[in-house]
Amino acid sequence: MTSATTRNTLRVIILILVASVVIGPLLASFFGGFKSNAELRTNPLWLPASWNPENYIEIFLDGSFWRYMGNSFFISSMTVFLTLVVGAAAAYVFSQIRFFGSKMILSYLLLGLMFPFAAAILPLFIKVRDLGLLDTYWAVILPQTAFGLSLAILLFKAFFDQLPKELFEAAYVDGCSYLRFFWSFTLPLSTPILATVGVFVFVQSWNNFLLPLVVINDRSLYTWPLGMMQFQGEYLTQWNMILAFVTLTITPAVIFFLAAQKYIVAGLTGGSVKG
Amino acid sequence: MTTITRPAVHKRGTADRIKKSMVSGKLAAVLILLPPALIMFSLFVILPLADAAYYSGFSWNGYGSPTNFVGTQNYERLFDHSVFHTALSNTAKLILVSLIIQMPLALGLALLVYRKTPTNTLFRLVFFLPYILAEVAAGLIWSFVFDGDYGITAMMFQSLGQESIYVLADRQWAFPAIMTVIVWKYFGFHMMIYIAALQSVPKDLIEAAKLEGAKPRQVAMFVQIPLIKHAIVVSGFFAIIGSLQIFDIIIPLTNGGPSNSTHTIVTYLYTFGLSRLNIGFGSAAAVVLFVLAMGIALFYQRATAKGERS
Repeated sequence: MTSATTRNTLRVIILILVASVVIGPLLASFFGGFKSNAELRTNPLWLPASWNPENYIEIFLDGSFWRYMGNSFFISSMTVFLTLVVGAAAAYVFSQIRFFGSKMILSYLLLGLMFPFAAAILPLFIKVRDLGLLDTYWAVILPQTAFGLSLAILLFKAFFDQLPKELFEAAYVDGCSYLRFFWSFTLPLSTPILATVGVFVFVQSWNNFLLPLVVINDRSLYTWPLGMMQFQGEYLTQWNMILAFVTLTITPAVIFFLAAQKYIVAGLTGGSVKG
Repeated sequence: MTTITRPAVHKRGTADRIKKSMVSGKLAAVLILLPPALIMFSLFVILPLADAAYYSGFSWNGYGSPTNFVGTQNYERLFDHSVFHTALSNTAKLILVSLIIQMPLALGLALLVYRKTPTNTLFRLVFFLPYILAEVAAGLIWSFVFDGDYGITAMMFQSLGQESIYVLADRQWAFPAIMTVIVWKYFGFHMMIYIAALQSVPKDLIEAAKLEGAKPRQVAMFVQIPLIKHAIVVSGFFAIIGSLQIFDIIIPLTNGGPSNSTHTIVTYLYTFGLSRLNIGFGSAAAVVLFVLAMGIALFYQRATAKGERS
């Protein structure tokens, strides 16, 4: 019994150690936002001497912070909307309708699961430019959606396959078409998987850096990761301001994560278990 | 007579009609629902990858159409470039660290917190937190941690009475620092995969092993880990493919420096291909990345499929 207790104590000690390494830099950045740069130099890690919200307020009052957040929010929301609609529509076809070549087309669309996104970035830049989309929201939304489709289709199809077939037969005899059925039965019955994929796509899009970096030059269209790098370039070693900015940008993500963690974890690990 | 045959005829007619309208309904559904996905996927995923292969044969700055065909010259220049060698070996290091340090760490922690208790849930959330942060934000926070004047490492050096070093500006320490951040950022993801698998291991198997006198470590080694082999294989795959594509986190930390010593394949192709508008040259690097990713994926699938069968 004693060995079990010591083992448990050891376990808790290890967990607390790892947890403090994980949380430490995040807390230091939250605290750092309240400090002056001079205080930061002598006390980078612990609580601030006084909780002075000046830096945070300065960023809040600066319009560009809200602009970056707004841009990111619009781009992420549109990406989620498009991925859900386009992905679910395709998955519905593969799940409900058998036709010549459907298996081949499905494997084609699932190729994206293996492709490294970064390998396509240069030609994507050229393509987006030739389509006249550079410096528009669509330059980010459309490629992001396209690269998210494979996983979305995989997860949607697996879910649709499990919906009872009798439902469709009954609805069909009552004169319901495939399209109507998709809209009024399949989609409403699939809210769990729509939420999972939606949350997952949102997080991916919200954090995306490489694509906006390449296709957006106009500062008024910057997403928040671009804005943050811009901010860092302007403030250089004013770490207190930079840490305040970082803290403010990651706070919504942390809150969102705590609220939607069930879906986030399901989306991240669900794809891996099925794939 | 008629009263008997009529319903039959009527019935067959309805069946035919239903069949016919079903076929046309199917066709309409396929033609409306499928093309958006097909067009977007082809236009923004498949076509760009094919373009990369095509552009890599040209010396091209991205304006006009590529006309200056140079054959394999871009590839020769690429493989002659010492920075590209560094980028390749850094990427290989990232893969190794992910497989040899990150995954065992994640597995060990998963074994400690997979049971469903409130404290375990709390630890799980904490460990998973870095994964959902944007790479650039994580990189920026850690570039503060490693800062030679303000950072936490500076504080540690000072408390030891040592002169602090600028970790990220030091050729020797910059890349190990980056690898630390990457383990910090991603171990939680692998841990979550293992936890999902560990929770589906039948409890009676574990109980049986315990009744036979197996210690917790033995239960883990001989019962739990063998039973979640599939999850380990999957997480290994993600570790490799993810390591090949590391980009975001490098930019705020070192931006490839000092003196180009911390590039990965993707930061290389961004720095030397895109920001200098050497589209042909950068595309050659992209093709190498693509071939590596696909090659490793296929090899890995084969190797692990064999391992799982035996």
